[in-house]
Amino acid sequence: MAEAIAFYTLAVLILGLGVAVITTPKTVHSVVFLVLNFLCVAVLYVVLRAEFLAVIQVLVYAGGIVVLYLFVVMLVNLKRAPEAHEDPRRLARLGLALSGAVLLELAGIVVYSYGRVTPASAPAAAGPLTGAGNTEELGWLLYTDYLIPFEVASVLLLVAMVGAIVLARRES
Amino acid sequence: MLDTIVIPVLKIAVLLNAVLVAVTFMVLLERKVIAWAQSRLGPMRVGPYGVLQAIADPIKLLVKEDIRPVRADPMLFTLAPILSLVPALVVFAVVPFGGDELFYVTDINVGLLFIISVTSIGVYGIILAGWASNSKYPLLASLRASAQLISYEIAVTMTLVSVILTAGTLSMVGIVEAQQQSGLWFGFVQPVAFVLVFIGGLAETNRAPFDLPEAEQELTGGFHTEYSGMRFALFFLAEYANIIVISAVVTILFWGGWLRPFPNVEALAFLDLIPGWIWFFAKMFVFLYIFIWIRATLPRYRYDQLMRLGWKVLIPVAIGNIVLTGVVKVLL
Repeated sequence: MAEAIAFYTLAVLILGLGVAVITTPKTVHSVVFLVLNFLCVAVLYVVLRAEFLAVIQVLVYAGGIVVLYLFVVMLVNLKRAPEAHEDPRRLARLGLALSGAVLLELAGIVVYSYGRVTPASAPAAAGPLTGAGNTEELGWLLYTDYLIPFEVASVLLLVAMVGAIVLARRES
Repeated sequence: MLDTIVIPVLKIAVLLNAVLVAVTFMVLLERKVIAWAQSRLGPMRVGPYGVLQAIADPIKLLVKEDIRPVRADPMLFTLAPILSLVPALVVFAVVPFGGDELFYVTDINVGLLFIISVTSIGVYGIILAGWASNSKYPLLASLRASAQLISYEIAVTMTLVSVILTAGTLSMVGIVEAQQQSGLWFGFVQPVAFVLVFIGGLAETNRAPFDLPEAEQELTGGFHTEYSGMRFALFFLAEYANIIVISAVVTILFWGGWLRPFPNVEALAFLDLIPGWIWFFAKMFVFLYIFIWIRATLPRYRYDQLMRLGWKVLIPVAIGNIVLTGVVKVLL
């Protein structure tokens, strides 16, 4: 019961803040709404008992990446509103198509998984994972079963970093 | 009901008030210690030896006129001081002041990460304060401050990894218990990490010698130039609450939290007569004093020196320390 209340309150907050991010005229304000949105998502993870994920969400997204967004937004184009805000319907068709696709995908997942995972079997499937706290389990899985995806993601980030440095370097 | 709501809420209320009172006395202590370092007396007028100055200062700030610049962004100008104070207070939820359950609000299994991530939110208060003031010196100061915070946060977080490796847990209570089991405070196992975290802590709280964001001579006061009265007081509270957090975290991670000195020496068992929380506060007080002492002693860094120290010295040393800790841990 308490979990359901928490979930629906958070869901309303997350969606509301998400709408606020894209409708606020001032860019700095939308970045602030984005931070609040990420914090709410972190709380959602706590409700799902994934404390490690929640803390990392705050540390990496709210505390790291969005700070850099804020830097860019503050330093670039302080006076004028971005072009996208002047004509809100610029990419309306593409947006509609994309959100329709996401909606279809979500509906597909719901239809596909409905009745497959019963509430009784879900904790049983997760049974062996809950022993030592989810930080240890996550670390263990990342370095054993999911080693290759983990390494691929790391290399991807490294490539992005090298690319950024190459782009930012001054021509001598 | 009693265990899940009433007692935690009471603990939180006591803790919040204790922190806020501690902050006001910390300010008084700072004024006194710096005065003594400079052969002055410091505040002497209010109460015996100026002790009541700690109460007079907040009253003055509370009743002062609240001025908001016309060109400031109203929403963010109000939000910024709140965003900077709240994380500093939230962190205390996982700080254990003693081994007994009475002395901490909660002990979550990601305690240390929680502290790191919540303090990383505090930077928004500084950035937004500078931007929302719509004035050039605060903006410059807030850019400096946030660049400094982000750089040193990386160094501190990297260093904490080696402490986590040594302790084998992220829980704050667990880290102290690990020190009890090994019979050695981690300050002796990880001296390099202690120095790095303390330097990083000085930089993250914008304290001398890293107080460039508040350099009065260059920036007319820093990111809070346009703030007055209670809004300014909130930034002030946040800064000192952060100093208390850093002192508490250093005490817990490196100097055994509530453990007595030499927890493995039987001959000193009589020291256990003094309760653990007194040990904790005594150690914490030493670090608070060192914070002030450093401010009274060292001159300010230049900005490029500060960035060089952070990126070219602290971060490489921190990474080296992780590798060293890992190797030693595997070999032993």
